[in-house]
Amino acid sequence: MSKIIKQLSIFVNNEPGRLAYISSVLKDCGINMRAFNLAESTEFGILRTIVQDPEDGYNKLKMKGIIVKKTDVIGVYMEDTPGALFTAADALGKASINIEYGYAYSYKDKAIFFIRVDDPEKAVEVIKDQGIKLVDDSEI
Amino acid sequence: MIAHVIGVKMAFWNEKIETMPREELEKMQLRLLKEKVTEMYAKSAFFKKRMDEAGVKPEDINSFEDFRRVPFMKKTDLRDNYPDKLFVVPYDDLVRIHVSSGTTGKPTVVGYTQKDLDNWTEALARGMTAFGMTRKDMLQNMHGYGLFTGGLGVHYGAEKIGATVLPISTGNTSRQIQLMQDLPVTTLAGTPSYYFHIADVCEQIGVDIRKDTKVRKGIAGGEPWSESMRKKLEERTGIKTYNCYGASEFYGPMFLECVEQNGLHLWADLAYVEILDENDQPCKEGERGAIVITMLQKEAFPLIRYRIGDISAIDWTPCKCGRTHPRLMRISGRTDDMLVVRGVNVFPSQIESVIGELSWLSPFYQITLENKNYMDSMLVEVELTEESLTEDMVELTRMSNELSRRLKDVLNIKADVKLALPGTLPRFEGKAKHVTDNRRYD
Repeated sequence: MSKIIKQLSIFVNNEPGRLAYISSVLKDCGINMRAFNLAESTEFGILRTIVQDPEDGYNKLKMKGIIVKKTDVIGVYMEDTPGALFTAADALGKASINIEYGYAYSYKDKAIFFIRVDDPEKAVEVIKDQGIKLVDDSEI
Repeated sequence: MIAHVIGVKMAFWNEKIETMPREELEKMQLRLLKEKVTEMYAKSAFFKKRMDEAGVKPEDINSFEDFRRVPFMKKTDLRDNYPDKLFVVPYDDLVRIHVSSGTTGKPTVVGYTQKDLDNWTEALARGMTAFGMTRKDMLQNMHGYGLFTGGLGVHYGAEKIGATVLPISTGNTSRQIQLMQDLPVTTLAGTPSYYFHIADVCEQIGVDIRKDTKVRKGIAGGEPWSESMRKKLEERTGIKTYNCYGASEFYGPMFLECVEQNGLHLWADLAYVEILDENDQPCKEGERGAIVITMLQKEAFPLIRYRIGDISAIDWTPCKCGRTHPRLMRISGRTDDMLVVRGVNVFPSQIESVIGELSWLSPFYQITLENKNYMDSMLVEVELTEESLTEDMVELTRMSNELSRRLKDVLNIKADVKLALPGTLPRFEGKAKHVTDNRRYD
C-alpha cells in the first residue's frame, strides 16, 4: 500500500519502428499498460508507462535487453469539475514542489493525472491536505 | 624558358635559386643535410641518442642513400618532448613561438629564430610570386591570426613582396564580404571550406564576386580538397585558387602552386622531401607514399626525417613556369588515424581522452564526418552508462553541453554531440572502427 507509484521509463532510440518493437516486447511479456506517455529528448525517446506489476514488468523487460528504469510518480484523482487541476497544481506550487511532467488517463467516470515531481513524499502530504484523493499502487 | 620565348618576362622572386638545375640543387641538398646532421648530433641530446641507438655517425653520411640510415622523427617525439626539449637554441635567440593543436591534448610548441622567420617568409614570397601575386595586389587574409601559423605566415609573405595585407583573420563572413567590395582586394587566403562558405553567403545576399569585387585569385590551404571541388569553386566565384601546403612543424604554410596549378613547388634548398613505401623504401618518382621531410636550414627547432603522416608523390619534371624544384602532388591521404576537420587536425585519441574523463560516459563512441555544402561537420556519439541514464531532460542537456564544451576545449573546433543509450552503438571484435568518414570530394 503506497501512494507512490513505480512508473516504468523505457528508453528507445529515435528511429522508425522502435515503438512497434517495444510494443511487441510488452505484448510478448504479457505486460498490460494502464497509462502511457511518449516523450522525446534530442537524444532519444522515452516511453513512460504505468503497469499493474511494475517489479515484474521491469524484470521481464530487462531480460529482453530493453533499457528501462523505475521512476516514482503519484496519481491524482481528478474530479470531473472545472478547476480540479488548478487546486492540485496550485497547492504543489505553493509548497515549492516542481512538476517535471505529467500525463492524464481517464477510464469510464474516472480521470487520473499521473505526475512526476521532484519530491514525491512531500507532494503526497500536500495533496492529501487539500482533500484530494491519490491513487494507491494496489488499485492499479 | 618558354615564358621568354613568347615574349613575357616571367616573374621570379629568387630566380637564381628557383631555376637552378636539378644536379646543383641535389648537390646543395646533400651538403646541407650533412651539415644539419653534424650540427644536430652536437647540439641535440635527443638526436644524438637516436643516432647512437641506430649506430650512425654524421661522418657516415655521404649520399642520399646513407642519409636513409638516420632514424625518423614522429609526431609522438614532438609530444614526448613538450614543450621545448627539441629546441637547439636558447630562448634568447628565439623571436617567435607558435603553438599548434596536438595529439591527446598536448600541443606542439615551435620556436623560430629571425633566420627561421626569414626563410619561412622567403618560401612564401617565392610561392606568391609564382602564382602571379605582386606589390599591386591586396590580400585579404582569412586565416586565423595568433598561435596558429596560417595567419602570420601568409601575412609576412605577402608583405615581403610588397602586397597590401588586410589582416581580417577568420570569421565574421558578412564583414569579409563587405570589405571585399569596399576595398580593391584582389587575392584571398583561407581554407577551401571557408571559400565555399563565402560563395554560399555571397549568393544568398546577392553579391556577385565577379562584378561586385576585384577578387580574382586565392590561396587555399589547411585542409585537403579535390581537383573537382576546386573547379566547382572557380566556376562559381571566378576565383582562381592555388593550393598551399605546410605544417607548423616545418615553419607553417610554406609551399604553393604556381600559375600552372600543377603541384606544390617544394623549395629544395629549404626542404628535402622523401617519399617512402610501406617498407620505408623510396618510392619511384611519381609513385605515392609517405612524406618524410627534413628541413635543411631550420635553426631553432630542426626537423630531421620527420614523418608528417601525409601521403603524396613527387615530380622532378621541370615546371612550365620555369622553376626546377620538385613538385609535390595533391595530398591523397594519411598514414595514421589523424582527421583533418575544417582545417584542424583531430585525433580520435583526443576524443577518447575527453570521454575517459567524464565518469557518466561509457567507453563506446563513434565519430561521423560529413561535408554537406562543402562544410565539414563532425558528430561524436557516446553511450551513457546505465547509472547515469536519466529521463531528466535538464540533466541530459547539461551532460550533452559539458561533453560539447570539453571537446571544443581539446579539439579547438566545435563537434556535434549525441548521447546514446547504453548498449546501442556498434561493438567490434578486435580493432574498433570508431570513425566513419562520409565526406565526398567530387
